[in-house]
Amino acid sequence: MSDVHLISLVVNGTRHEVAVEPRRTLADVLRHDLGYTGTHVGCEHGICGACTVLLDGEPCRSCLIFGVQADDTAVETVEGLAQEGKLNPLQEAFTEHHALQCGFCTPGFLMLATALLRENPAPSDDEIREAMASNICRCTGYQSILEAVRAAADAAGEAHRE
Amino acid sequence: MKPAAFAYHRVERTEDALERLAELGDEAKVVAGGQSLVPMMNFRLVRPPALVDISRIPELRYVMRDGDSLRVGALTRHREVECLSDPDIVSGYEVLPAAARWVGHLPIRTRGTFGGSIAHADPSAEWCMMAVLLDATVVVAGPEGEREIAARDFFLGFFTTTIEPGELVVEVRFPRPRPLAAIQEFARRHGDFAVVAAAVAVDLDGDRIDDARVVVGGVDEVPLRAEAAEEVLDAASAGDDTFAEAARAAAAAVEPSSDVHGSAEYRKELTAVLVRRALADAVARRGGTEDGRGA
Amino acid sequence: MAREVAPPTPTAAAGRWVGRSIRRYEDPRHLTGTASFVDDIQRTGLLHLAYARSPHAVARIRAIDTSAAARLDGVRAVLVAQDLDAAAPLRPILNRDDFVGVEMPLLAQDRVRHVGEPLALVVADSPHVAEDAAERIEVDYEVGEAVIAMDAALAQDAPRVHDEGNVLLDAAFHDDPELDGLLEDAALVVEETISSARVTAVPMEGRACLAEWDDRDQRLTLWSSTQVPHVVRTTVAALLGMPERALRVVAPDVGGGFGQKCVVAREEALACIAARRVGAPVKWVEDRRENLIAGFQGHEQRFALRAGFDGDGRLLGVAADISCDVGAYSTHPFTCGVEPLMAATELLGPYAVRHYRAHARAVATNKPPMAPYRGVSRPQMVLAMERLLQRAARRLELDDVEIRRRNLIPADQLPWTGPAGLVLDSGSYHESLELCAGALHVEAFRARQRAAREEGRLLGLGLACFAERTGYGTEAFNQRKMSVTPGYDSAIARMDPTGGVTIYVGTSGHGQGHLTTLAQVAADHLGVDPDQIEVRQSDTDSTPYGWGTFASRSMVVGGGATQRAATALADRVRRLAAHLLEAAPEDVELRDGRAFVRGSPEHALSFADLARVAYLEAQKLPEDERPGLEAQATFDPPGTFSNATHGCVVEVDPETARVRIERYVVAEDCGVMINPAIVEGQVRGGVAQGIAAALYEELVLGEDGQPQTTSLMDYLVPTAAEIPPIEILHLETPSEYSETGAKGMGEGGTMGAPACVATAVADAVAHLGIEIDRVPVRPDHLLAALRRAEPAERGASR
Repeated sequence: MSDVHLISLVVNGTRHEVAVEPRRTLADVLRHDLGYTGTHVGCEHGICGACTVLLDGEPCRSCLIFGVQADDTAVETVEGLAQEGKLNPLQEAFTEHHALQCGFCTPGFLMLATALLRENPAPSDDEIREAMASNICRCTGYQSILEAVRAAADAAGEAHRE
Repeated sequence: MKPAAFAYHRVERTEDALERLAELGDEAKVVAGGQSLVPMMNFRLVRPPALVDISRIPELRYVMRDGDSLRVGALTRHREVECLSDPDIVSGYEVLPAAARWVGHLPIRTRGTFGGSIAHADPSAEWCMMAVLLDATVVVAGPEGEREIAARDFFLGFFTTTIEPGELVVEVRFPRPRPLAAIQEFARRHGDFAVVAAAVAVDLDGDRIDDARVVVGGVDEVPLRAEAAEEVLDAASAGDDTFAEAARAAAAAVEPSSDVHGSAEYRKELTAVLVRRALADAVARRGGTEDGRGA
Repeated sequence: MAREVAPPTPTAAAGRWVGRSIRRYEDPRHLTGTASFVDDIQRTGLLHLAYARSPHAVARIRAIDTSAAARLDGVRAVLVAQDLDAAAPLRPILNRDDFVGVEMPLLAQDRVRHVGEPLALVVADSPHVAEDAAERIEVDYEVGEAVIAMDAALAQDAPRVHDEGNVLLDAAFHDDPELDGLLEDAALVVEETISSARVTAVPMEGRACLAEWDDRDQRLTLWSSTQVPHVVRTTVAALLGMPERALRVVAPDVGGGFGQKCVVAREEALACIAARRVGAPVKWVEDRRENLIAGFQGHEQRFALRAGFDGDGRLLGVAADISCDVGAYSTHPFTCGVEPLMAATELLGPYAVRHYRAHARAVATNKPPMAPYRGVSRPQMVLAMERLLQRAARRLELDDVEIRRRNLIPADQLPWTGPAGLVLDSGSYHESLELCAGALHVEAFRARQRAAREEGRLLGLGLACFAERTGYGTEAFNQRKMSVTPGYDSAIARMDPTGGVTIYVGTSGHGQGHLTTLAQVAADHLGVDPDQIEVRQSDTDSTPYGWGTFASRSMVVGGGATQRAATALADRVRRLAAHLLEAAPEDVELRDGRAFVRGSPEHALSFADLARVAYLEAQKLPEDERPGLEAQATFDPPGTFSNATHGCVVEVDPETARVRIERYVVAEDCGVMINPAIVEGQVRGGVAQGIAAALYEELVLGEDGQPQTTSLMDYLVPTAAEIPPIEILHLETPSEYSETGAKGMGEGGTMGAPACVATAVADAVAHLGIEIDRVPVRPDHLLAALRRAEPAERGASR
């Protein structure tokens, strides 16, 4: 019943080919077939968002996508954010604002915020809250996450103006 | 929570989807965005032996204006409806992008599809309610060709529609603009399925209400037309008293169930509150655009 | 969205690093996806473990047929109870006459006592196949009558969860012969029954463990998402009958614990057994459904209070009857007694009450077992006390702030010994009340509330004052009479031959930032920057024996041990430098990684120079100095109390009964703050969980014990849209008992928030005669109460 499919996908700019059983989710494939363990699995039913990645630029829950459905796509994960070992401004903002504690939900929030800021570089506080309400964090109470995204947006705005 | 094993087929044309479904038989399921189906598979609540992935059929992804009517291709993402802004397409149908913002969260809306939601037939799902509210037609493709089903006949019960095995929703067609329409929802948390949702649409001739539609979600197995409320509204004068009376009529007419999110009695109360608020919201649009955020 | 924070004004002598909100050393790995949680660990030949779990709350197991499971392609082993050799069950014990010990088998054999109880395990090539196989295990159950509600468990002729009965602890905790007379004569007697729902911790990472046997070393390594690696090692080695030195337990990155992981899980022992049996590394990762259905739970309690007040609103005495629904088993090491005993011990909080009676019991039901979830019984007891005061204030027409003013223990009466012997060492109860109430502008709020009521709007103000017991050591734990007595902790401070410093500590941080805060503590004593200090934790092979991280202990006990070890190491460094610089040790200063004679900074020896001598040029050492540079210390404090006042303003929508929190203020005092940003993060995270308990979260079970909240769609963990910004104000009353002056504070947020929100809702609807005596406050119940109250009292309708 269960066949194996050869899929090809680009992850953080690197092309991978891998043979996967259809029922392996994109989260499974990223984590265990390709070794990108930065993306985490928190619920497997699309509520917590710990598994958030960008698929062809759009934020999505990798626990709700089968790997075979991601054939011929470009995926971005948390491992692709830092540039040459240096934290990007969003990552910097997270550590500056103590926006993580246990860290398990953090990659999901980073990818979510990355998607938000790409599409809406100058979000209002309400827009940040609305977008960040997509994911669950159990440690921080969210305030520092919202502040970090706010700071990252403001910093990018500054940089843009300079 | 790993799903049971299945065979996977991806198609890129509608004909191929229909052919594959015919070959695979009744138990095969269609997957588009997967936002409703995959959680159920992960919980092993459903175990289709085969999935036919239609998400990359390009001809099914569109939103187009055809005279008065708005035609939404089945593979249109919720997010695409949310972002509709071209007045040539969306004018008079603003309630649809407004409703889109209630659908889950952003990462759900980038993947989930309009047709998928219609076919899934959750009675509190926004598109199911909109279809009934706006007298939409669901266009279904099958081995014998296409057929059109009125939304009011399409939903049979929880997660049950008149789609036959081997058929595919290809389009949802809204017949005419309804600028005075609104949706109000109550959910325990932001982004959750509504405990109760109310969607209304009216025409106004001066102060006089005409052709009212009131649909309540979360109170029955299908999106429920609250005809008792519509009767109160038709030919009545728009205003708080009318809205309140219509709301009471809607609440009296529903017989919801209880669950962990709310008692039956509570759902009746919410019905009245949300219908009233939605009516006020819808009529207020007469002055211009307004944001239909709710409870 | 600027954070309003008044910077602390340390009264204690904080050094250069303690007191600073430096960035965490933990962060880069999490931000770049290079952290390593159990499920991230890769091994050649790794196999996967899944469990068959009971779908029934009560049943006898007549037979288990594993043949279909075992036949499945990719299945390597299927084990049931009979296959576990000599492995012993868990038998958590309190050495008290009023305690009943019961056994928790690793795998259920003859009977199951809760939905989700494991009765078989499968080892397979993938988690997918393991789950396929677990489904194919056929069990012949004889379903029995489940005992679900606490009252049902307490009834005569109730079905027995265990043969020993349903009351596993029945503690006449304290009595006072004068109390009844006092209550009789009191100007006001208030009675209430407060209850709170069963909730579960929902760490973002569920439980997980990976066990691997090393043939060469004949040792087992267990990687576990745990808060207590040494406790797991000691316990699992004993259960398996193996020498403890042959077991290594490592907690890698842990995705939250909140107490769900501070007890030993059967699955930890079972992973070890499975790994040995199949001769390959084996991994189990709990999925969210397992976590919600069968994971350790807690906080389902009922407090029946009867209290007497004088005419001025002063509490004269409190009689408390406390019942805690502890589920089907005790957990190890804290046992099912932890909730009732903590409730009875600490109920009176920061209030000056001299007469007290408490009876507390642990009631067994056919639900998953209780483990001490953040706050343990304190969220419930604070709720009970604050509602008591709120009721009394209303009856006596006293202001809510005033009644607390009159009852809080004044600072000049601290240390205060309570009627049952609990000592509150220091605190700022009145100051925190005034600070919080001041920030809320209570008078102005009352005017706004009255005006709003005229318009039919329901605004309410809530308050909660509490003292949080933290950092307690052996003696305090010894009161409980556990079979093992936690309390002390240990640290080793080691300088390597190049002068690099490592601190090995017995606590086990999992989000609290210990790699940073403990480095800050050590840095101040060693004269190096904290980024030159590496803190190592959570590996039983390299860290000294310690009790892990729970009960708000780590900064006090771990921090104290760290400070002592760092100080002792610094002394050795100074002695060595003094010898080499020909000076007296007391004249040697350590700064910026160098040792020099005070006044002559240019004549310095770097730590690298000194360490080189200590390790590699021992011929240069003084006669009485041994080679190496290392110091080990333990710390075992009596404990110390932090305190806070929480205040909030809510609005209740009269049409939907939705509760919106308009403002939330915390005025907290945890003594010296090692890292204020981390303190604030703990407050905010705790308050979020407390708001969740007040308004959203509840594990719902049917009468037959079937769980109805089995996904995150139904168990409502709040999102950023539900949690308001929390304003935090700081006070600082240093602890005399913690070496650093710090007090623990990790649970305060959960302790204050349910009471704060519930009293606010109560305040919003009290004029309608509605009482709020249960959390969570559900909108449907609240709306029904509003409707019932309507004809008589409701304000202008909308």
